[in-house]
Amino acid sequence: MMEQFNNIAPWEWVQLISFYAIAAMMVLGALFVVTMKNIFHAALSLAVVAMGAAVVYLMLDAEFLGFVQIMVYVGAVITLIAFVVMLTQRANQSGDNKATNHQKFISFVSVGTVLALLLWKIPNASWLTTVTNAELANAHTIGNALLTDYLLPFEAVSVLLLAVLIGAIVLSRREKPAKDDGGAE
Amino acid sequence: MANFGNSGYYALLGIFFLFGLLLGIGAYITSWILRARGAKTDMKISPYECGEETSGPTYIQFNARYYVWALIFLIFDVETLFILPWALVYRTFQPMMLALTEMAVFLLILLVGLMYAWKKGVLRWN
Amino acid sequence: MTLIELTIKIVEWVQALAAARGIDPSWAGFAAEVAIMCVLGGIVLAMVSVAGMLLIWMERKVSAHMQSRIGPNRVGPFGLFQSVADAVKLLLKEDISPRGKDLISFWLAPMLISVPAVMSFACFPYHKGWIPIDLDLGLLYLMAIGSAAVIIIFMAGYGSNNKYSMLGGMRTIAQIITYEIPAVLAVTAVVMTTGSLKMSTIVDAQSQVWNIFSVWGLIAFIIYIICATAETNRTPFDLPEAESELVAGYHTEYTGMKFALFFVAEYTNMVVVSAIASAVFLGGYYGPFGLGGASPVWMLLKVIAMIYLMMWFRWTFPRLRIDQMMMFGWKVLLPISFANIVLVGIWMAFKTLGQ
Repeated sequence: MMEQFNNIAPWEWVQLISFYAIAAMMVLGALFVVTMKNIFHAALSLAVVAMGAAVVYLMLDAEFLGFVQIMVYVGAVITLIAFVVMLTQRANQSGDNKATNHQKFISFVSVGTVLALLLWKIPNASWLTTVTNAELANAHTIGNALLTDYLLPFEAVSVLLLAVLIGAIVLSRREKPAKDDGGAE
Repeated sequence: MANFGNSGYYALLGIFFLFGLLLGIGAYITSWILRARGAKTDMKISPYECGEETSGPTYIQFNARYYVWALIFLIFDVETLFILPWALVYRTFQPMMLALTEMAVFLLILLVGLMYAWKKGVLRWN
Repeated sequence: MTLIELTIKIVEWVQALAAARGIDPSWAGFAAEVAIMCVLGGIVLAMVSVAGMLLIWMERKVSAHMQSRIGPNRVGPFGLFQSVADAVKLLLKEDISPRGKDLISFWLAPMLISVPAVMSFACFPYHKGWIPIDLDLGLLYLMAIGSAAVIIIFMAGYGSNNKYSMLGGMRTIAQIITYEIPAVLAVTAVVMTTGSLKMSTIVDAQSQVWNIFSVWGLIAFIIYIICATAETNRTPFDLPEAESELVAGYHTEYTGMKFALFFVAEYTNMVVVSAIASAVFLGGYYGPFGLGGASPVWMLLKVIAMIYLMMWFRWTFPRLRIDQMMMFGWKVLLPISFANIVLVGIWMAFKTLGQ
């Protein structure tokens, strides 16, 4: 395997090393998300994983998607999660989340099966390790595609966003008390 | 900068990220070397409440407004990020009226959402 | 000579040197490029520090003169070294942290808060051909980095184990996210007419007439400047950190250098939004109507003018209440910015129909 390291130009070394570093950071972050006692720390680890994903997108020449990931995921989704975490937990309550789970054996078995399956299949899969046709991820191309080939999904997205908005508002409204004056909201 | 592929730019941005961290780390180290050291008295480390003693645990009341605003922000953020590629190609897209109508439909649907949120009073501070 | 040409020259010179000594030239070139970028990073750091000091001085002087007093005039000529004295004082203060604080959040927040601002400096158009990293999606990068800074304020407010810090932090974040969308939409109006997110293209498209000298450009500029003031927590939008309301908001419990880092980060953010406004709406390094050609002095003047404008706002407008602030952001600015986009679309469509 070491022969492939003979002719690598310096910038390819940078890409290699940074990819492994980012991958390690993401795996560690994901691990911390599920193992940290303090939920806010778990949310921060999720932010780290999201940033790592954004960097991986950038390394794969999907620039627009990478910045969208930063803006939406780290900017909005993590904020949402952090709001929820902060509003629903008492501060300093970190250790009270003991698992009262009586299904430990069956969960071990099922997760272990999935893990074995993944470990069996992943090394033999034919991963796409080079990105061909990097122009496809160009923001201009995306724009053109959205307006021509993918017009229906484009408009469908707006309907989806509308549904999410209305759903969230409906779900978060407090129950009005019994006395109301003829339908005034 | 010229000589390497597209993703090289982002490695250089990584250098700026490190320099940003360097600012913070440098400030920390400098102040650690230079700052005054005092005893950690009880009064010093108690949380500040305008001179009063703290009472009760440190949590704030549940205000569902924050969650709804964060969600509305998320929705409109995603919408803005769909408007961006359209804005990029709008200048050179033929026919332009088609692009305009497509975006008008998109914005109209989301305007309905905004109106709904408005009428239901979630955009108010309570 | 542009930055790219200078870089290529230096890299080739280094490579020639290395080849003469028998070192692999590609590694030498790589080292040279990294070194150049590090030099640029160092310059940016120096700029940020000096700008922080100068801006604090400027703020105090401007506030003073608007209030018919003089402001600092003892330390150094015109009181210029006052902020240096303040910085030294803050450096020497004891570092008190509250009991029960969350170690990671409390400790990391001041370190990370200047990172988005410093990273933004990589993309500003200082002079024609002198943008350190001219990304194809430069403007989107700037908006995304500003967006990612929200979570750090969360960390600061949460880590302090203080009701007022947390409340202040959440209010600050609610304010920032409210005024973020109209800002991005205002900038999108310029993207529509320019057709690119690349900073150099946006600035070069304004070589004859600035974007502000058009109806949609003026509206977009006003929207952007309002949002910028709200995002940097300046008056009239500084309720979350007003002294009479919530002590000092999310940075109540920070002392010494950590507080100084927050303070400098606020002024650095001001520089960043001023630079974006200057580049996108005011024509970057071009003079008005092509006067005087491209020059970094124009860019500097515009950034200073925008910063002065924000300081002027502080002593002109009363502070908005939090509910007025939120109402204004969601119910006024957001529909206006959408309408602006549609307006630009219609205007451009009619322009091409007319041809």
